[in-house]
Amino acid sequence: MDITLKIWRQKNTAIKGKFENYTLKGVSPEMSFLEMLDYLNKTLIEAGKEPVVFEHDCREGICGACGLYINGRPHGPLTHTTTCELHMREFKDGDTIVVEPWRSKAFPIIKDLSVDRSAFDKILIAGGFINIDTGAAAEANSILISKTLADKAFDAAVCIGCGACVAACQNSSAMLFVAAKVAQYAMLPQGKVEANERVLKMVDSMDDLGFGFCSNTYACEFDCPKGISVEFIAQMNREFLWAKTCKK
Amino acid sequence: MIQLDAKIPQGPLAEKWSRHKDALKLVNPANKKKLEIIVVGSGLAGASAAGALGELGYNVKVFCFQDSPRRAHSVAAQGGISAAKNYKNDGDSVYRLFLDMLKGGDYRAREANVYRAAEVSNQVIDHLTALGVPFARDYGGTLDNRSFGGVQVSRTFYAKGQTGQQCLLGAYSSLNRQVAKGTVVMYPRRDMLDLVVIGGKARGIIVRNLVTGQIERHGAHAVVLATGGYGTVFYLSTLALGSNASAAWAAYKKGAMFANPSFIQIHPTSIPVLNDYQSKLTLMSESLRNDGRVWVPLQAGDKRHPNAIPEHERDYYLERRYPAFGNLVPRDVASRAAKERCDAGFGVGETGLSVYLDFKDSIARLGKAAIEARYSNLFEMYQKITGDDPYTQPMRIYPAGHYTMGGLWVDYNLMTTIDGLFAIGESNFSDHGANRLGASSLLQCAGDGYFILPNTISDYLAGEIRTPKTNVAAPEFEKSQIETQQRIERLMNIKGSKTASSFHKRLGKILWDHCGMVRSQEGLKKGMALLDELQNEFYSDLALPGSATEVNQELEKALRVADFFEVGKLMIEDALERNESCGAHFREEYQTATGEAQRNDRDYAFVAAWQFTGSGQKPVMHKEPLVFESVELKERSYA
Repeated sequence: MDITLKIWRQKNTAIKGKFENYTLKGVSPEMSFLEMLDYLNKTLIEAGKEPVVFEHDCREGICGACGLYINGRPHGPLTHTTTCELHMREFKDGDTIVVEPWRSKAFPIIKDLSVDRSAFDKILIAGGFINIDTGAAAEANSILISKTLADKAFDAAVCIGCGACVAACQNSSAMLFVAAKVAQYAMLPQGKVEANERVLKMVDSMDDLGFGFCSNTYACEFDCPKGISVEFIAQMNREFLWAKTCKK
Repeated sequence: MIQLDAKIPQGPLAEKWSRHKDALKLVNPANKKKLEIIVVGSGLAGASAAGALGELGYNVKVFCFQDSPRRAHSVAAQGGISAAKNYKNDGDSVYRLFLDMLKGGDYRAREANVYRAAEVSNQVIDHLTALGVPFARDYGGTLDNRSFGGVQVSRTFYAKGQTGQQCLLGAYSSLNRQVAKGTVVMYPRRDMLDLVVIGGKARGIIVRNLVTGQIERHGAHAVVLATGGYGTVFYLSTLALGSNASAAWAAYKKGAMFANPSFIQIHPTSIPVLNDYQSKLTLMSESLRNDGRVWVPLQAGDKRHPNAIPEHERDYYLERRYPAFGNLVPRDVASRAAKERCDAGFGVGETGLSVYLDFKDSIARLGKAAIEARYSNLFEMYQKITGDDPYTQPMRIYPAGHYTMGGLWVDYNLMTTIDGLFAIGESNFSDHGANRLGASSLLQCAGDGYFILPNTISDYLAGEIRTPKTNVAAPEFEKSQIETQQRIERLMNIKGSKTASSFHKRLGKILWDHCGMVRSQEGLKKGMALLDELQNEFYSDLALPGSATEVNQELEKALRVADFFEVGKLMIEDALERNESCGAHFREEYQTATGEAQRNDRDYAFVAAWQFTGSGQKPVMHKEPLVFESVELKERSYA
């Protein structure tokens, strides 16, 4: 099939970017979206032009590196699907596809479709861990955790840190990302001990890094490729209020 | 010939590690603060090592090519992590885990190292659980286990099909904790391009900053490589596209010997190639073989829909050939059996290069919900990629390049043949012999990183407490930087017409065909000639756009592909030298009457450690004899 691509090109963080149009012939419906971009880049390089820079690594939906705004939606038209898992069979011959990077003040553009998501690392460095030294752990089965709780903690822990939640939110809020980690640790006895300090530090860090407030539109949950629930945001809000109360 | 000293401790197998630990030199806390350690790679091995070393008070600098440590390819490990807890009361023990790994590796691993990996396994599970890794649990609140290929007990801990992700994020959290404390500094988006050796000791690295293109120098008292495997040498593999051999290769060229390079695991259950532009093969976890049955039609070329083929016209060839282990035979055995059926014309799908993995019986026995609970994310992944629903029709699978058992040679202390250079996790060779058992890669990574390296590295660093901070203005750094820049300029100046990926694809095909699941002397020699030819073409017709002083993903690829040519040649050298079949290394000339691998313990019970002797020169092979004190070598039978 033949398609038209409208892709955001930007040389670096400082220089303003713009959309450029490309016509791509002979796209196979079996190609993944990123393989289609590989194909575009091959044709660009062979024509002596600069290829489009985009982030990717595992190409099976788990590393979280890829993340493109496709036709106005983070990761494209399918729910619970990362950009790398999207296949061209979802598009039709003659389609025009608009491809943009994540847009958020906290995620500056590096080049073309690649953005700097180190703000996510910074939030986790602020408190997204359990304080335990290597060698100090008790026998794993000495602390029992109900299956329901362990499964719930797992549901929160599946976040891949792609940033789609921020990209989807009209306020560029990182609430879903932060809440998933806060909730995972708060639910597990191992992390419960320091839950109060953790939520305060992580929320403070999130605010400092330029992410906006929760918009309450649930767009983050809708576009999260791992389907992480906004319930965790509610849980984080409770954790936060409780931690504030305890601190007084 | 250089005598390789593996420094295996004396004493009974079960006491070696504890005796050794007691004898290792320590560094006092005040001195630790003065010592710097570079860790390259931030996967489960690198992140756990960095976290543990930071806790001890060393100054650690961590480098990775990804934008965040959380993306390292450990994240994609699916099925699980093994430990000898014996929570199932099914007869498991440290000794049995050791024996399974050693046997699974077809007796080509170092006995003492394998035992130690099994020995630290329980601590690994305790620690990861304490870090908040949400492993699957049973209704009573205890941790759950499942079974894996090549074993007869249930010892694998798991978090659905995302165990690697959860373990990595646990290790990443312990690394972040040290970043917060200031003991670890993260340098993401850096590619290590050279190792700097001063006075025979590893003292630093040269990296390219992938955002600015700048070549940077970083010094330390010791360097730890945790850079994973080189399975991407095949181009199409289950690995992340960025995974590469370059850091380990730089070390090899500076004097670190490379062991058993031809030992590469071909994983039996990957989604097959579906289109010509395919960039990656997605793994379907081995755990699926707990509930899935592998089959092909009894009649060659049967084009009927799988659901239309009645039971008596199906050949469950693994159950037929290996009744004792059935669908749970080790990976190398399952891969070759699939290839054998497809080569004989029984393969399914358009290309005939795939077999069925069928869940029909398990769904009928346990119900769809139970299968969903175990594998839902894998089933969804499969459906997204292929468009088929594995709940209603069998998956189609085929073997794919996956894991490299070979890697940098290390002694018992995990130190390479360069003083002060350590290699952990998949980047070393030590624990998996000629074939790795499922669920033992995560075990090795976390074991090396959290519990082994932090002990052994102190023995080396105790001798470095008087060494001042490494001066990156030293002539060795200067020379290394200039050479690195020259390599980049050479590639940038070719100005040819073909992309780096197109060369990589052709290079991978040559290796897959001639140094893949089945090898022969003739085929290997042919592969070598084809590689030579293609390498010449690469250096005369590579197209590289842009400049080296900005983001340039094509340059990153080209540098890696340049190294893959050399890696591929060493794989072939090694495969040619090993005139036996063992584990994943199957030489057509050496097989039993029933087509199983025929080992030759008399002549080949050794580790082949290759020494670089100069570009374009034949490398020299050194042997580390494998001495088995505790087990009797047996033919590896799963029948």
